[in-house]
Amino acid sequence: MALTTTAFDWVCTLVRKESAIVLEAGKEYLVESRLVPLARAAGASDVSAYVDGIRLRPDRRAQTAIVEALTTNETSWFRDGAPFTAFSTSVIPALKQARATTRSLRIWSAASSTGQEPYSLAISLQDSLIAEGWRAEIIGTDLSNEVLEKAKAGRYSQLEMNRGLPAPLLVRHFTRVGTQWQVNDDIKKMVRFQQLNLTNSYAALGQFDVVFLRNVLIYFDLETKRDILSRVRKVLKPGGYMFLGGAETTLGVDENWDRELIGRVSVHRPKNGGQA
Amino acid sequence: MRALVVDDSRAMRKIIAGALRKLGYETVEAADGAEALKVLESGPLPDLATVDWNMPVMDGLTFVTQVRANRDYRALTLMMVTTEAEHGQIVRALAAGAHEYLIKPFTVESLEEKLSLLGLLPEGAQA
Repeated sequence: MALTTTAFDWVCTLVRKESAIVLEAGKEYLVESRLVPLARAAGASDVSAYVDGIRLRPDRRAQTAIVEALTTNETSWFRDGAPFTAFSTSVIPALKQARATTRSLRIWSAASSTGQEPYSLAISLQDSLIAEGWRAEIIGTDLSNEVLEKAKAGRYSQLEMNRGLPAPLLVRHFTRVGTQWQVNDDIKKMVRFQQLNLTNSYAALGQFDVVFLRNVLIYFDLETKRDILSRVRKVLKPGGYMFLGGAETTLGVDENWDRELIGRVSVHRPKNGGQA
Repeated sequence: MRALVVDDSRAMRKIIAGALRKLGYETVEAADGAEALKVLESGPLPDLATVDWNMPVMDGLTFVTQVRANRDYRALTLMMVTTEAEHGQIVRALAAGAHEYLIKPFTVESLEEKLSLLGLLPEGAQA
């Protein structure tokens, strides 16, 4: 559901008043993607309904949460660093052995937002797999179509490029277009984006070797988390891996996962090798 | 940890040095590349230098090139912090020996993330 003009304008006025940050027309995708977690947590049907609720019945705490969501914690490249290090140094070498006959990997970035996570994964695979003739397909899904449009375009502002992307990778994998940076075609063609609500069926996605399900479970209630984790197990190929966010766990939610510690990162694998 | 902040803008030096001090750095400042080389000659070697590109007397690229030519300074990590944002300029700076490149304007979070990439984010500071 697209954000209504009334809701967008109200959020822009609030954020400008509280933070002096000006959200211009065209930033609807940003507002929607940042507020989706708050809307979910509040049990609202979508972001417009969530904003309307606060607009009509002012709630100081909710207003602060909206301002914080829009002014902090922008998505970074290689977000949090360590999970991507674990992916490159341990998970990929293990999968190269396990999948040596097919020489093909599929990876799901399950809350891909504006695309930094799936493109970071594609960049990580360039030297270790693609250069050696392997095939890799990365599927990025998100609830918001506006966010997905931005991700598909693969074009980022200077401020976005400053966030966590090593300079040698910037010059290698991006081209400057006007004041923005465009991800190069060899990376872009590795990633396919599609709209998906994580509470709906994953049947059309196919099977994956690795699932990045980071910083999204925290916004669901326990039953929904359990349901999502059980269905992620079903789309993981035997011997597959799942990455969660730093504040997320399978413990007490779905006990059918083994945890492996790689450095200081927990990776999750279905118990008994998982089911095909 | 110690950082040398090289920028001809006093206001920009204050912003960068202030952000680094909040993260636990001791900072020294220089207004151009020549002054920065004097700082390196006279004192203990910092862990990090943030380097503007366009400065009078000696520009940032020349400073980076001279630092890299001196084996005594090989433990010094160099990060360009500049408005120069062309692809070719970033390539030139990296080829000259800069380790990272942060484009102005930048947020404190992006500075911290660059330090984290360089392994220069002090213990306890959050990227």
